[in-house]
Amino acid sequence: MSNPVVTVDPRVAKATRGSTPNASKAKRARRWRERLEVIGFTGPALLVFVLFVFVPIGYAIVLSLFDGTPTAPIRNFVGFQNFTEIFTTGRGETLGQPWFWNAVRNNFIIAAMSLLIQGPIAIGVALLLNRKMKFRGFFRLMIFVPYVLSEVITGVIFSLMLSPQGALNDWLTRLGFEQFTNFMWLMDTSAAPADAGFFSILGSRTFWAMFAILTWKYVGLAIILFLAGLSGVPEELNEAAAIDGASWWQTQRKITIPLLGPTIRIWAFLSLIGSFQLFDMVWILTGQQPGRTGLHTMATFMVDQGMNRNRVGFGSAIAIVLFVITLIIALTYQKFILSRDIGKES
Amino acid sequence: MATATLDSRRIVDQELKKKRVFSWSQPWVYLVALVALALSIGPVIFVVLGGFRTNPQLLLNPGGLPDPWVWDNYGQILDPSTRFGPMFFGQVIASLSIALLTTAFVVLLGVSVAYAIARFNLKSGPVLFSIFAAGLMFPATIAILPTWMILQSVNLVGTWAGVIIPQVAFALPTTVVILTPFIKAIPKELEEAASLDGTSRTGFFFRILLPLAKPGMVTVGVLAFVGSWNAYMLPLFVLRVGGAHVPIGPFDASVTLPLGVQAFQTQFSSSTTMIMAFTSLAMIPALIFFLAMEKHIVNGLSGAVKG
Repeated sequence: MSNPVVTVDPRVAKATRGSTPNASKAKRARRWRERLEVIGFTGPALLVFVLFVFVPIGYAIVLSLFDGTPTAPIRNFVGFQNFTEIFTTGRGETLGQPWFWNAVRNNFIIAAMSLLIQGPIAIGVALLLNRKMKFRGFFRLMIFVPYVLSEVITGVIFSLMLSPQGALNDWLTRLGFEQFTNFMWLMDTSAAPADAGFFSILGSRTFWAMFAILTWKYVGLAIILFLAGLSGVPEELNEAAAIDGASWWQTQRKITIPLLGPTIRIWAFLSLIGSFQLFDMVWILTGQQPGRTGLHTMATFMVDQGMNRNRVGFGSAIAIVLFVITLIIALTYQKFILSRDIGKES
Repeated sequence: MATATLDSRRIVDQELKKKRVFSWSQPWVYLVALVALALSIGPVIFVVLGGFRTNPQLLLNPGGLPDPWVWDNYGQILDPSTRFGPMFFGQVIASLSIALLTTAFVVLLGVSVAYAIARFNLKSGPVLFSIFAAGLMFPATIAILPTWMILQSVNLVGTWAGVIIPQVAFALPTTVVILTPFIKAIPKELEEAASLDGTSRTGFFFRILLPLAKPGMVTVGVLAFVGSWNAYMLPLFVLRVGGAHVPIGPFDASVTLPLGVQAFQTQFSSSTTMIMAFTSLAMIPALIFFLAMEKHIVNGLSGAVKG
C-alpha cells in the first residue's frame, strides 16, 4: 500500500481557508445532521433485531448450561450435562420421555421424503398447468388454497376427516375398502414404545397420514414456485423442439426441466430447512402429544421439554443442537448445490 | 424472400397452435388438473359442508351432502349475543390487529434501514446488510424458549406486543434482503436532482422514495402479514401461557384465530359440526386476503427465493 498522493489546488485551499468559521460550522452541523439521520434510519430496526434475534439466541446458549425452570432459568449450573443427556441417554432412558434420536430420525425421514415425493408431484402438476388450457388461472388459484390456510386450520380439518367416525372411513366403506376403515389414523402407537425398532416409524399409519397432510399443505407452494420458474422458460424453445419433432414429454425432459433446475434447487433448500424446523402441524395433529405416536420432531421435542415439562435448560440445549444441524445442512447444500446457480447468475 | 419466410413461419405457428389445441393428451391434462383440484379443495369443502349439518347427520352420513341444510351452527358463531360470537369476533380482531401492526412495523423499519444501506454510502453499510442477512440463518423456532423467558421478564407475556415485537424482529432479515436491492435499483439521479433542489435525505425518503418503493413494500408487507396471520408457535407461548384477558367491547380478543380454532376444538369436542363451522369461518378472512393478494404473494415468494 502506497501513500496516496494528495494534490491540493492552491486556489481551492485558499478559498476554503478563507471561509473557515461559517463553512466549518455549517459543515459540522451537516455532519451531525447526517449522523442523526443514520441513527434514525438504522437504529430502531437494528435495536429490535439485535434485542429479539441475537439476544435470545445468545441467551439460549446460556440457558443450555443450566438445569433451569421457567421461573428460575439460571439456577443449577450443570455445564454440558444437558448436551450429554441429549446424545447419550437420549434413547429411552430420559425419564421415560420420548427420545431425541427418534426425533432426529423423523426429521431426516420427512426431509428425504419431501424431496423425493413432493418434488416430482409438484414438477408434474406444474408442467401440466403450464400448458395452454381453459380455466388455467382458476386451477392455479385453487391449488394455492392449501398453502394459504394456516397449519392449525389444516390440522383441525384433517383431524376431523381422519377421526374414526370421519369422512375418510366413510368414503373408504362406500368404495368397498372396508378392511381399511376404523383405523385410528392419527393414533397409531406402534412406533411409540422405546423398544420399537429404529425404522418402525415407516410402519406407522399416523406417520404416513401426517406425511400425506404435509404434502397436501406444502406441495402447492412448490407448484407455485415451479410455475413462476416455468414462466421464465422461453416459449420459442418448446416451439423449436416441436418443429424438430420432439414429443411433449421429450421437450419437458430435455429442455424445460433442466431450465427449471435453479428453481428446483432453491425449492429443495426451502423444503429441507422447513422439514427440520417442522413443529406446528405435528403438534396439532397429535393433540400436542407427539410422543404417544412416536412422531416427535426436534422442534416438538424441544417445546415438549421446555414448555410442558418446564425443562428450559434441556429444551435450549435441544434448540442449539437443532440449530447446528440445520446450519450444517444449509451450508453444505449451499456450498455443493446452490453455488452452481449463484456462479451462473452473476 | 423475407415475406416467404414470414409466411412459412406463420403457417408453422398455426399448425402448432392447431396441434396444441387438438392434442390427444388434452382430456388427460384436464383430468389430472381436476384430480389435483379435488384433492386440494376437497378437504376444505368437506369442513365447510360439515358446518351445515347437525351432529347426528354427520355421524350417519359424513361423506355426503348435508340433508337438510342447517344454518344454526354458522348462525350461532356469527351472533355476538351467543357465547361463540364474542370468541370468534374477538379472535378476528386480535389476529387482524397483530398482523396489521406487525406488517406496519416490519415495512417501516425495513424500508428505512434498507434505504440507509442502499444509499447512505456508509462504511458500515455492507456490514449492516450482512448482520441482517445473517438473521436468515436463525429460524424463530430455535429462539422460542429464550424469547418466552425474555418476554416474561419484561412483562410482555399475554400481551399483543409480546407477539408483535419478536415477529417484527424475525421478519426483518427477509425484508431487508428483498428491499435493499430494490431500493438500489431506483435511479440515483432522482436523489441528486432532489438534493440540488435542497431536499434533505429524510425529505427525499418520505416524499420520493416511499412512493417509488411501494411495489417492494407491498411484497414484503404481504409476506409479513401472511406470516403473522398464520403464526402458531409464538402466540402459543405468549398468549396461551400468558393467559391474559383482552376484552375489546363485548369481544374477547385474548388469543389469535389459530389458537382460538385449536382451543375451540378441545373445548367443544362434543360438537364436531360446530368445530367445522368455526373452522370454516376462520378460513374466510385469510382466503379472501390471499386470493386478492395472490400475485404479490407469488412475487414475494419467488423474489425471496431468488434473493
